[in-house]
Amino acid sequence: MAFEDQRTTVYKVDPAHPGSETLPTLRTEELLLNMGPQHPATHGVLKVILELEGERLVKSTPVLGYLHRGVEKLAEDGTYHQFIPHTDRLDYVCAMYNNFAYCRAVEKLMDITVPDRADYLRTIVAEIQRILGHQFWLGTQALDIGAMGVFFYAFRDREILLDWFDELCGARLTTSWYRIGGVERDFTPSLLDKLKQFLDYFPPKIDEYVVFLEKNRIWVARTKGVGVISADDAVSFGLSGPTLRGSGVDYDLRKAEPYSAYPKCEFSVPLGKNGDTYDRYWIRVQELYESVKIIRQCLEQMQDGPIMADVPSVTLPPKQRVFTNLESMIQQFKLFSQGFDAPPGEIYCGTEAHKGELGFYIVSTGGGKPYRLKIRAPSFVHMGAFDHMTRGYMISDAITLFGSYDIVMGECDR
Amino acid sequence: MSLQQLASRLQETFAIGFVKAVEWRGDLAVTVTRERLHEVAQFLHDDPAMDFDYIVHVSSVDWPDDEERFEVVYEFYSIKKHQRIRLKTRVPESDCIVDSLTDLWKGADFMEREVYDMMGIRFRHHPDLRRILLPDDYTEGYPLRKDFPLRGKGWRDTFEFLDETAR
Repeated sequence: MAFEDQRTTVYKVDPAHPGSETLPTLRTEELLLNMGPQHPATHGVLKVILELEGERLVKSTPVLGYLHRGVEKLAEDGTYHQFIPHTDRLDYVCAMYNNFAYCRAVEKLMDITVPDRADYLRTIVAEIQRILGHQFWLGTQALDIGAMGVFFYAFRDREILLDWFDELCGARLTTSWYRIGGVERDFTPSLLDKLKQFLDYFPPKIDEYVVFLEKNRIWVARTKGVGVISADDAVSFGLSGPTLRGSGVDYDLRKAEPYSAYPKCEFSVPLGKNGDTYDRYWIRVQELYESVKIIRQCLEQMQDGPIMADVPSVTLPPKQRVFTNLESMIQQFKLFSQGFDAPPGEIYCGTEAHKGELGFYIVSTGGGKPYRLKIRAPSFVHMGAFDHMTRGYMISDAITLFGSYDIVMGECDR
Repeated sequence: MSLQQLASRLQETFAIGFVKAVEWRGDLAVTVTRERLHEVAQFLHDDPAMDFDYIVHVSSVDWPDDEERFEVVYEFYSIKKHQRIRLKTRVPESDCIVDSLTDLWKGADFMEREVYDMMGIRFRHHPDLRRILLPDDYTEGYPLRKDFPLRGKGWRDTFEFLDETAR
């Protein structure tokens, strides 16, 4: 190993203290510790090699790739429609937002405008997904650093929304509900009722989570002032989402490049001051309130209308027509077997997922398959700053930092 | 500054080395020669009129039929000016190396490592150019190249097929 020959310090015995010469000479050296890939707090299969001086971190080297499945290569072999289920498996706790980001990218490539109602439906579901993601984060992050209580409460409420997803599209996690040009199906009256009930039920529960954590002195001590990153560094590392906004940088794609129904809703983007783990937590909690606000406004403004853009060469026909109408069946068959003919060109489209900027860079040379598809995954970019952010902290703070990024390895390794 | 102004400003500043600028679907993509890549990037990063302080992604595209086979793609964003730009350069297969931009954007570190891992393009002056997603001792090549088969090279074929019906 390269580290052996360096830094071997020997503590000298102090002659000013008589008696100490009887002590044996203490030799200290840096310790190398492998954390993961099987460690319950690394959120999947992440391995980090920690170089330690005592309990302080001198350097940490993330070793990624344990969940690498070659999604970008697979994308080149399938049609644009066929890639939607793959996006579910990127960030597997937040499938809806991945679908959304991908469909938006393909719509930009194909120059399709989504009908109004579909925009609202998409925004509502995306914000529900943001709530789900933040609840998941809140529970697991607190659990990682020993505050177990809030986990049960966050997951109890998360279950309501997962059941809601189940009723919406038949799956709790791998949803594939978004389609290029719209969404797969509309809300039923029962779904709308349940959603409205949830919106009344949920905000008091957020206050409950907050009490659980902020009254917990150990949790506060382990998050305040831990994992601080300055605004300049955060921007230079390309951090995004709450991790960036925790340092006070006002960058939210929902505001910077408004898309879908976000420009029609009023909401604020909470910003942190200190750039520490606590600020990133605070931002996520505030975003829960904001998401509830956005969903309420969308529900009020939403009008009846089509839920899929009418571009037969690209978008799928309504399911009921596929079974009754020959032309629709041919359309469906052609779209899934050959795909649609994309124009040659290249686009990048970023979307503000709850972890940060999830972007798709698509190069097309015409034909039904992408020539190259690159996924800009926030978790991967955040891991790039891990070494910088952990230096000088304790081992236990490394765990706090994993949690604070909201890292999901499916997305990080792709 | 509109995208056209941005493109012409770059063309004026870097008369030698500027290859082309394409605007499509509201995205501006500027191609430069690889000798000037670092210079152009430094200009984009430091010039107050540009101020591209945020790195979005680093990517690569393989064009096997072209003389300069690989394309390295950088995407930058300016948080203050809300503007995006894509900076591209081409490298031949025989000498696929470009200057690293890690000194300008710290985030380029991991992103360039991924490009090296997946496409085999090396980055000069990169602090830690190793494979990142694949294991360090992976010897089958660079998987996102177009001549790399989708099913992988080799190890899958070494599995013995057990015929369950023959028993």
